[in-house]
Amino acid sequence: MLLIYCPYCEEERNELEFRNGGDAHIARPTNIADITDEEFEEYFFIRQNPKGLIYERWRHVHGCGKFFNAARDTVSDRFYLSYKAGEPKPDPATFLNNGNESALNKDKGASK
Amino acid sequence: MRKYSVFAVVREAMRGHKGWEAQWASPEPRKEYDAIIIGGGGHGLGAAYYLAKEHGITNVAVLEKGWIGGGNTGRNTTIIRSNYLYEESMHIYEHSLKLWENLSQDLNYNVMYSPRGVMMLSHNVHDQQSFKRHINANRLYGIDNEWLTPEQAKAYCPPLDISKTARYPINGAALQRRGGTARHDAVAWGYARAASDRGVHIIQNCEVTAIRRGPDGRVVGVETSKGFIGAKKIGVSAAGHTSVVMQTADVRVPLQSQPLQALVSEPLKPIFPCVVMSNSVHAYISQSDKGEFVIGAGTDQYNSYSQTGGMQIITHTLDAICELFPMFRRVKMMRQWGGIVDVTVDRSPIQGITPVPGLFINAGWGTGGFKATPGSAHLFAHLIAKGEPHKFAAGLTLDRFRTGRLIDEAAAAAVAH
Amino acid sequence: MSGANRISGWGRLTPAKTARFTFDGKSYTALEGDTVASALLANGVHLLGRSFKYHRPRGILTAGPEEPNALLDVSRDAARRQPNVRATVQEVFDGMVTSSQNRWPSLALDIGAVNDLMSPFFAAGFYYKTFMWPKKAWEKVYEPFIRKAAGLGEAPKEEDPDHYAGRYAHTDVLVVGAGVAGLSAALAAAKSGAKVMLVDEQPEVGGALHYDTGVKINGKDGFTWAQETAAELKAMDNVTVLSRTTAFGYYNHNMIALCERVTDHKAKPGKNEPRERLWQVRAKRVILATGQIERHMVFENNDRPGVMLASAGRTFLNHFGVAVGQKVGIYTAHDSAYEAAFDLKRAGISVPAIVDSREKPGEAVLAQARAMGIEVLTGHAVLTVGGKLRVNSMTVGRHAGSATRKIAIDALLVSAGWTPSVHLFSQSRGKLRWDAETQRFLPGTYAQDSLSVGACNGTDDLQATIEEALAAGELMAKAAGAEGNGKIEITGEAPFSWTGGMIGAAEGAGPDTTVKAFIDFQHDVCAKDIRLAVREGMQSIEHIKRFTTNGMASDQGKLSNMHGLAIAAEMLGKDIPQVGLTTFRQPYTPVTFGTIINHSRGDLFDPARKTPIHPWAVAKGAEFEDVGNWKRAWYYAKPGEDMHAAVARECKTVRDVAGIFDASTLGKIEVVGPDAAKFLNLMYTNAWDTLKPGKCRYGIMTREDGFIYDDGVVGRMAEDRFHVTTTTGGAPRVLQHMEDYLQTEFPDLKVWLTSTTEQWAVIAVQGPKAREIIAPLVEGIDISNEAFPHMSVAEGKICGVPTRLFRMSFTGELGFEINVPADYGQAVWEAVWARAEPMGACPYGTETMHVLRAEKGYIIVGQDTDGTVTPDDASLNWAVSKKKPDFVGIRGLKRPDLVAPGRKQLVGLLTKDPNGVLEEGAQVVADPNEPKPMTMLGHVTSSYWSSNCGRSIAMALIADGKNRNGKTLYVPMADRTIAVEVVTDMVFFDKEGGRLNV
Repeated sequence: MLLIYCPYCEEERNELEFRNGGDAHIARPTNIADITDEEFEEYFFIRQNPKGLIYERWRHVHGCGKFFNAARDTVSDRFYLSYKAGEPKPDPATFLNNGNESALNKDKGASK
Repeated sequence: MRKYSVFAVVREAMRGHKGWEAQWASPEPRKEYDAIIIGGGGHGLGAAYYLAKEHGITNVAVLEKGWIGGGNTGRNTTIIRSNYLYEESMHIYEHSLKLWENLSQDLNYNVMYSPRGVMMLSHNVHDQQSFKRHINANRLYGIDNEWLTPEQAKAYCPPLDISKTARYPINGAALQRRGGTARHDAVAWGYARAASDRGVHIIQNCEVTAIRRGPDGRVVGVETSKGFIGAKKIGVSAAGHTSVVMQTADVRVPLQSQPLQALVSEPLKPIFPCVVMSNSVHAYISQSDKGEFVIGAGTDQYNSYSQTGGMQIITHTLDAICELFPMFRRVKMMRQWGGIVDVTVDRSPIQGITPVPGLFINAGWGTGGFKATPGSAHLFAHLIAKGEPHKFAAGLTLDRFRTGRLIDEAAAAAVAH
Repeated sequence: MSGANRISGWGRLTPAKTARFTFDGKSYTALEGDTVASALLANGVHLLGRSFKYHRPRGILTAGPEEPNALLDVSRDAARRQPNVRATVQEVFDGMVTSSQNRWPSLALDIGAVNDLMSPFFAAGFYYKTFMWPKKAWEKVYEPFIRKAAGLGEAPKEEDPDHYAGRYAHTDVLVVGAGVAGLSAALAAAKSGAKVMLVDEQPEVGGALHYDTGVKINGKDGFTWAQETAAELKAMDNVTVLSRTTAFGYYNHNMIALCERVTDHKAKPGKNEPRERLWQVRAKRVILATGQIERHMVFENNDRPGVMLASAGRTFLNHFGVAVGQKVGIYTAHDSAYEAAFDLKRAGISVPAIVDSREKPGEAVLAQARAMGIEVLTGHAVLTVGGKLRVNSMTVGRHAGSATRKIAIDALLVSAGWTPSVHLFSQSRGKLRWDAETQRFLPGTYAQDSLSVGACNGTDDLQATIEEALAAGELMAKAAGAEGNGKIEITGEAPFSWTGGMIGAAEGAGPDTTVKAFIDFQHDVCAKDIRLAVREGMQSIEHIKRFTTNGMASDQGKLSNMHGLAIAAEMLGKDIPQVGLTTFRQPYTPVTFGTIINHSRGDLFDPARKTPIHPWAVAKGAEFEDVGNWKRAWYYAKPGEDMHAAVARECKTVRDVAGIFDASTLGKIEVVGPDAAKFLNLMYTNAWDTLKPGKCRYGIMTREDGFIYDDGVVGRMAEDRFHVTTTTGGAPRVLQHMEDYLQTEFPDLKVWLTSTTEQWAVIAVQGPKAREIIAPLVEGIDISNEAFPHMSVAEGKICGVPTRLFRMSFTGELGFEINVPADYGQAVWEAVWARAEPMGACPYGTETMHVLRAEKGYIIVGQDTDGTVTPDDASLNWAVSKKKPDFVGIRGLKRPDLVAPGRKQLVGLLTKDPNGVLEEGAQVVADPNEPKPMTMLGHVTSSYWSSNCGRSIAMALIADGKNRNGKTLYVPMADRTIAVEVVTDMVFFDKEGGRLNV
């Protein structure tokens, strides 16, 4: 069960309180009525489905009710960070390999 | 290939089983093949077999990044049935079921297809309407599927609790008697052996890192952990890893890879004769020939390639199983595991051509891939050989998401299958 | 006397405290604290079970949870019967009944043992090669035969009367395993001030100190130190110590699942005690101190009862005071087994020989053995053992030589060395590394916030283990935020430091294709099976495992995995890491389903939702149906009425007089804010800005893909306030859908959404007399047709209670829907009923509601639509605004296939025989004589007998339905074909709609 940080409640809570909302940063075209079939397919169906870093939406449905975004690794299921809806997509360089290396391996290093 | 038979087993028993040969060869890859199949699961191995057997294309390699049958083929709950609703689905699953019925003999490998019946429990009026819709559609197609009263369901599966006071009382069931189970590893190994015998190369520990295209856009081969391998035709049958592979050819697909979990109990003397599934409580269960209860859960809610999932998913499934079968509360879970399923929006598979000439896709089988193995493989071989889909797979094309002609089995019956 | 093999003065149990139990009908005396295994051994019983495949006689191999052989059926009473219980874990309680499994007619004389003679035919994977002819025989003959032989224990057949508990816990540091390492780590973490949980699967702490009696810690006997340390920890406020508690699963984000066995060891469990308790612990840091598991030696007939791990022999002797035999041989490749010989010798047991496969054992143990007068045969192997139901001799020879010697024994202790217990580390998805020097997998790269210490980390030396554990305890406490000083010193002394170990088949066990040298005892996998798998082309360890079933039994390969791997690697000529390691999965040991689900059963499994009026309907004898999580009144049968009669009466009564209906389950969402109308314009296909306050309108919601998602009546209470209703099942997803768009696509809109489904009870009063029924009860609203026409809404009072009163109808009759605060629901209902009953009205249920709406052609989303139906398909195009620039679904609706001709469209069907009622779900065809597979045009979505129309009516989704008005189609059923006429006008009753507006 994942442990998820809600940027509104400012604490980590159990996955049971959250609902995944699929990929983040896919904006609904403002001219949606006029886009082509291909553009609609791209917007509504096509997803990158990355093996590795994913930006995804979560809703703290049994908490504050807010949607927010998170960056997670789909191989390790580790969260890098969560941020509020509407905030810009964070640059991976700002959070990958930046003090986020598994704390335990650091602990391990320290103990030797 | 040396034929398997009871006589062969007896002869070998007399001499310490020293005479058995490798079931499939493990050659070094050639520089080029007529066709490459990416993904050594049941679908990929089967497609290679049928390419060789039915289309005379034997210069074929199956490239597997790990060990054959190590993905969803070896991680599922082995349920086989064909009682789907839409014609597109009935075509492919019934085609598959017919192949299952003769697969052991065809491959000379006992895949232990066991038509012990798949029973889907109806708990309310909505279920009943939906099941009747399936039963009627199946009957007019020529697929067996029948309605049982609660008493008939109990007679078929004695451990069932049909009391009216249950949280989800059972008001009937749909039974497909030809449905059942098979031995999952045997499917991969049986296809591998038969394909290898016909000249197909099965290359394990060979990860495809990129699909290469020529100046005209056609595929020319693949980069792998064992170097470049050329091919004019490439079939991708990589389940949860399809998106990753297809992206190297600039093809983006409407797939999500999600964890799907299952578990087995300790081995117990068989008391459970068939497969039971329930939409309303989200669970399915059967008992293996070793005596283990094999129990499937739903998918986790997020994308993941981790082959693990949350304990709450398993917990919820066992909640449901113990509600249906209260005497199983004292049974013990022996092992749980996870696979990565590739899921489409309409929960139906994609099999067809892609925008890249020479590149074919077979994906999106979600939670239903195992039962489709022979049918999917057979039709995929046709697609690769002919360059266009078999009529049974004509509805499974990639462009349906653009046109809107979805095959929404999920909406018709919200059940993992 | 608690058994002839109990040695007076040895062990830690109290001779005065005894318990009686039975095994296979025979009664035995045990000491309190005995396991079933130790108690049976004390009584000289070694034969406990039969193996899975060959039905070989089996005894006790281990003294712990890794036991593959000694699995028993254990019961307290008929309903509390547990199969496959490990005798080495189960503690004896007074009155327990145990029996052996998988044998017939008796354990000593088991007919199934014929399989052992047939075993040459049952080589690994043989079933893939045969049983294929004739085809039908697999399902009719072979498989039933195989299934007869399957399984070990008997499945429970009665409902489990026990109950189970569940608990969530948060802690700073969780320490798994309470041996020397775990206790030291926990103490250091606790002294640092961290919140600590220490868990151990055994009844008392100590781990290896249970048997390793030579160890001194802080100058004391090790086991005594362990108990004192546990007492010290338990006395600290920041520490929880759980015994009989197995950490069975290491899940994502440092969630560890524990199973605490609360009562299975008690003769008389407290009435309110759960049998077991599931703990789901979220730990900031985890310290794994899970120790190691000894491996057996692989040689011919190594499965005979009486052959046992050396550490198990020491545990039975040193902890339980039980001699496993009187003439005990030792066969080892590791120094540790020598200490078993020393212990036995000191206890007065004869040790005929230590057979060591190594030429050079550790010097210290060798010297000690010689000093104690024990014969040591170095460079020797046990080639085979004699005895069937109990070992009686060992045949010993030099590796290379031919001379053999038969030595009489009645037990044989074996050790091939030790396997670190990396199960939990591996479950945490840490990556193991192969340590070539010591031939073992050890924790490599960590994936979660944990550390391994002691034996499970490959640390062999006692003092090094203690120091590593103390450092880890301090470090992890600090990492979890503790700031205290956790510095402590502990000194440990062990009499010997151990060396040695081997994996794979021992030398000299005879021809490698025929000898039964067991690797996986329970599944009867022998070394030769692994070799066969490799010959057949299996190269990955996963293939070898699956082909041979090695490691797939209930012990999940705790003893067998390394041996199997080594034999495979040798056959393949590869290094062990190249062959790979099978994945460690949860659970570490099997866990009861009941424990996992704990409270989630019966009423707490999935609580049913009930309306405020539910008790009234129960009292009136209503039948209920499940709709989503709701229990809804289905129909109210009078005495003597069946469902059909009741529904026919209700339908007629509503149209003739009136009926009242509990509509409380409808989803309700309050949409409030200055942009509320703008927001609803985006969420629904209809236009809402044109709706005036005091009016309501039927709305259709599509998803972005253009298919109908939900529907319902929306009332505008004020300029900035809407009362939205949804379908019963759709309420949560509709709210989620709205929140999604509001928060992420249209965050600038000033709108707030509140679920009010449970806040309002809804009483529908429908029928010609509806106004007359409610008029005297309503205050402050003029409900005349002129002042309050169809599709009006107003706030006022009813029976003195605030109400939102809707004039609307899902029946085609004059109708009102009274919304009152839920707490008043039943009282208002009863007041309405008091008015209605004398007028001849009736309460009606969902079935009548369905019929009445179908008579009017009103659809039910989810029944007449299925997620692939557009508003146009359902003839609801009038509800799709053509003027709005945007709404969710506007683009999806225009996709080629959604506007293509020939789509399935909702139409009415009239059976040619008016008395025939179609089956819902029946398929419709144009040509009833077409051979299968037939071309299906669509299916019947709704179908009823309509007493008001005097005939059957139906709705169906039919391909190109709108162009088939008046055409005859067919519904082929199993026993007959029914002719039907398509009618595109689905209004079957009161076509003009005059009854609505009276």
